[in-house]
This record gives sequence, structure tokens and C-alpha cells, in this order.
Amino acid sequence: MGGDEALVEARGLRKSYGAVEAVRGIDVTVRRGEAFGFLGPNGAGKSSTMRMIAAVSPPSGGTLRVLGMDPTDDGPAIRSRLGVCPQEDTLDSELTVRENLLVYGRFFGLSRPEVARRADELLAFVQLSDRAGARVEQLSGGLKRRLTVARSLINEPEMLMLDEPTTGLDPQARHLLWDRLFRLKQQGTTLLLTTHYMDEAEQLCDRLVVIDEGVIVAEGSPAQLIRDHSSREVCELRFGADDHQGVAERIQHLGERLEVLPDRLLVYAADGEAVAQAVHEGGLTPRSTLVRRSTLEDVFLHLTGRSLAE
Amino acid sequence: MAAPAVRPPLGRFAAQHLVERNYLVYRRDWVVFVTGFLEPLLYLLSIGLGIQQLVDDFVLPDGTRISYTEFVAPAMLAASAMNGSLFDATFGVFFKLKYEKVYDAVLATPLRPVDVAVGELVWSLLRAAIYAAAFVAFMALLGLAESWWALLGPLAAVVIGYAFAGAGMALTTWMRSWQDFDFITLAVLPMFLFSATFFPLDRYPDAAQWLVQLTPLYHGVVLCRGLTTGAIGLEMLVAVGYLAVMGTIGLAVACRRLGALLLR
Repeated sequence: MGGDEALVEARGLRKSYGAVEAVRGIDVTVRRGEAFGFLGPNGAGKSSTMRMIAAVSPPSGGTLRVLGMDPTDDGPAIRSRLGVCPQEDTLDSELTVRENLLVYGRFFGLSRPEVARRADELLAFVQLSDRAGARVEQLSGGLKRRLTVARSLINEPEMLMLDEPTTGLDPQARHLLWDRLFRLKQQGTTLLLTTHYMDEAEQLCDRLVVIDEGVIVAEGSPAQLIRDHSSREVCELRFGADDHQGVAERIQHLGERLEVLPDRLLVYAADGEAVAQAVHEGGLTPRSTLVRRSTLEDVFLHLTGRSLAE
Repeated sequence: MAAPAVRPPLGRFAAQHLVERNYLVYRRDWVVFVTGFLEPLLYLLSIGLGIQQLVDDFVLPDGTRISYTEFVAPAMLAASAMNGSLFDATFGVFFKLKYEKVYDAVLATPLRPVDVAVGELVWSLLRAAIYAAAFVAFMALLGLAESWWALLGPLAAVVIGYAFAGAGMALTTWMRSWQDFDFITLAVLPMFLFSATFFPLDRYPDAAQWLVQLTPLYHGVVLCRGLTTGAIGLEMLVAVGYLAVMGTIGLAVACRRLGALLLR
């Protein structure tokens, strides 16, 4: 099996719920071993796409092949080789932490000794061994998410699908989860994730698509997307809120591009410090000035005219 | 739909794993499980033995003479099979479907909606059979089940449970909130009281007799009463047919509806 074997191939993929079109014709190819991300705001169609790939939602149009099979006909066979970590925790609250893994493993047809062995390994992997006998409702959000990740790995999936894996987690919990996902990636597990956090996409994804209102607006590696759709640096300026438009006109020429946000101006330029200096020399005194590297947030803002976080 | 290129990896008995899951839950909450034995016993002791003192014996069509308790006990067997299986298939399924999202997680595995429906059904029937076995044993102890046919009581409970669990699960897929379950109570309570449970069919007004004979619990009572009194008749075969058809239609509808709700 070559490194460029496609695990997911979507062409013109569509999904409608009644009159609402959630996914409006997307082309995606995910190759074995890569970490692939869908970046976009809430409601962009990321989760709908994930559900179709996970063979739990029939496509409304286009073609879709997952692991070389058709999800409509071969759902069970596809699902037996996928790991799914949904956005909302679907842990079984009537079972203990360890029982959640045991029962789930049995759904994949694993023998009892095998599933017991894997459950203990996975509890260690997500650092939950000491909570094995706890009831699920006693766990914090971060621990629940870790258990969900462990559960999704019980069948040793070829591709792990994570829908907004760190939404709602505190920074420490996020970093621990990122670390575990990074290890999986190094072991050769293909990762497919959705996120509306640009730092998450930058940390984890080899390649990603930016998705907005059901269509793909850009595709590439994080670095490549920033290169193609933004400048190297950004100068963030905050003035008194009432005169942003007037100020914007005066400093427009200082950068390659300028964005006016409700609370600040963003000037895109190769050299952010030079912009900051030129602003001061022009007689303007912003309340605060911040020079930083461009991120995927800037890419998204440029491509859609909207912020990811909203 | 084209024929699947790949066989479902779990084969035909994937539903057993959902039964295992339920067993694991109830093994811990065994108190809840045990209370299932009590309901028919309490009815039998209060209504059966209590009222027996006020009522004369019955003479069955074949000439057998039975006490009022012997008459009511099989009806309690049928009613508890109905209530027990309905509880799991309606409240239980609704809770897992709408609140726990258990089935969303289950369907991310090789299991299919039909496995979910069959798994829940099998589980509720296992419970019905266990309760029925205990109840029949209790009846035998009190001398209320003189016929060897009574040994088939648990099997009758499974047939009755199949009908009500299948239909109940199908209806549950349309429930929007807990309030909607009042409709089920509304159907079950009159059935419990008026399915030839507490007095024989020929004591009903003529016009009501055919109505009583249309209800599924009536057929469940016919089945159980035939077995525990040993008065075996053709009407029992009709009862089995009625209940089997009702359960099968319910199960088929439940499968389709669960698929439509979960695989959107």
C-alpha cells in the first residue's frame, strides 16, 4: 500500500436537510497517513461532511468512496475500520469508564480477552487508568473527551475522525489531547478532524481545506495557505472605536491589504514593524499596537470577509 | 440498492452485543431488576386471593372447576409481560435515543438500526421470560397451575412481550417528549382492566365483546389462561398468530424509523 493511497475520495459531494443545503458540492481527497483538517466556522458544513464520511449519513449528491467502498452500501464494513470521536460526547452514562470501552469494543466483534487488553492499554494511553471504575458523569469535560478518544481507538482504526476535538476544553486539557493525537499520527494513523481553532489546525494538520457555507474556499498546508492568502506579518492597531474608517483611509497605503474589524485595524505587510513605525510617523497614536505572524485566522478573514470565532 | 460488496463484519447476530450492554447495566442496578418480579405478585395477592373470598368458583367450557385466583393469575402473567416489555421498549428506548444518545454511538460501529431494534427487543423479551418463569413457579407453589402446560408460560410471555415491545418501540420513535407517553398509558390501562382479565368475556355486554376481542392483551390472556388451566384450544393458536403479526409489524416499522432518525 503506497503512501498516496486515498482513504477518502469525495467529488461534488452534497448534503441537504429538506430545503437547507449544508454541503454544496465539495471535492476532497484524504491520503493514508496524513492529518487532514476541515477548518471553518460553526455551520459551515464540516460536521455534515464528517457524518457522510463516517457512513452514518447518506449523501444527497455527488460521489463518495471511503476506504475504497461506498458508504451507502457498505456502511458496516467501513465503520468497522474507522474511529469516530463526535463533537457531543456520546459516552454511555449508565456504564463505568472501563465498561464504556469494553462494551464499545464488543460492538466491533472483538473477543472479551482482546477487548479487555485493549481497554487497559487505551486507558493508560489517555491517562485514565486510575479512573477506570468511575461513573462517566463524575468525569470533567476534558476527561470525558479523553475517554471518547480512547473509545474511538478500541478497534485500532485506520482513520480516526475527530469533530471539534478540543472545543470546550481548558488549555491544559487541549495540549494533552493534542499530544496524544500527535503520537497517533506518528504511529501512522490517518487523522481527519474539523476545527474552528486556527491554532489547532496549524498544530495538527498536514493539509486542510477552508470550508465556508458548504463550499471549499481554499486548500493546502497551513504554511502554504498563509503564504498564498495572507502576508507574512500583521500589524494590529487599536484606536478609539468611533474613527476606524477615517483612520483606515489614512493608513491604507502602508500595507498590502487592510481589514477593519469592530475593535481593531489589521494591516497586512511583509514587515509589520515598519508599518507600526510609519503609523506613528504619520502623526497617529493608536492605543495599542501588536505585530505578529499571519495565521490561518487571517487566511479565513481574507477569504470570507468574516472571522472564524464568531 | 446494489448488493453489498462486503459482508457485514459481525454477521447476523450483531444485536447480541446490545443485549450484553443492557445486561451490564442491570447487573449493577439489580434492585430495579428485582422489582419486576413484584408487580404481578402484588396484583395476584390483592385482587386474586382477596376477591376469591367473595366470588364463587368458575366452571370452564370443558367442565373443569377453577377458583377465582386460578382465573386471574394467568391474566396477571399476561399483563406483566405486557407492562414489562413495554417499559424497556418505550421509556428505555426513548431515554437512550433522545437523551443518552446511546444509539448515535452504537451506529458509529458496524451495528445497524436493525441490530439496535432487535437487540432492545431481545433484551426486553429475556426479561419478560425471566419474570414469567418466576411467576409461574410461584403459581405452582400456591397450587394455581395444575397443568403441565403451565411450563410454557414463559414462552407465552415472550410472544406477548414481542407484540407489545415491537409496537411500543415503533410508537416511541414518534414521541417528542415524556408527556407523549401518556398516550401509551391511556391505551394500556383500559386494556389491563377490560381484556377478560378480571372477569370472563361472556359477562361483558354483547356489543363490547367484539371490542374486547380486538385488543392484543385479550389474546395474551387467552394464551396464558389456556396454558395454566390446561384448557388448550384453537383460540390459542389465533392468539399466537395475532401477537406475532403485531410484533413483526412493530419491529419492521421501528427499524425503518430508527434508521430515518439516526442516519440522517
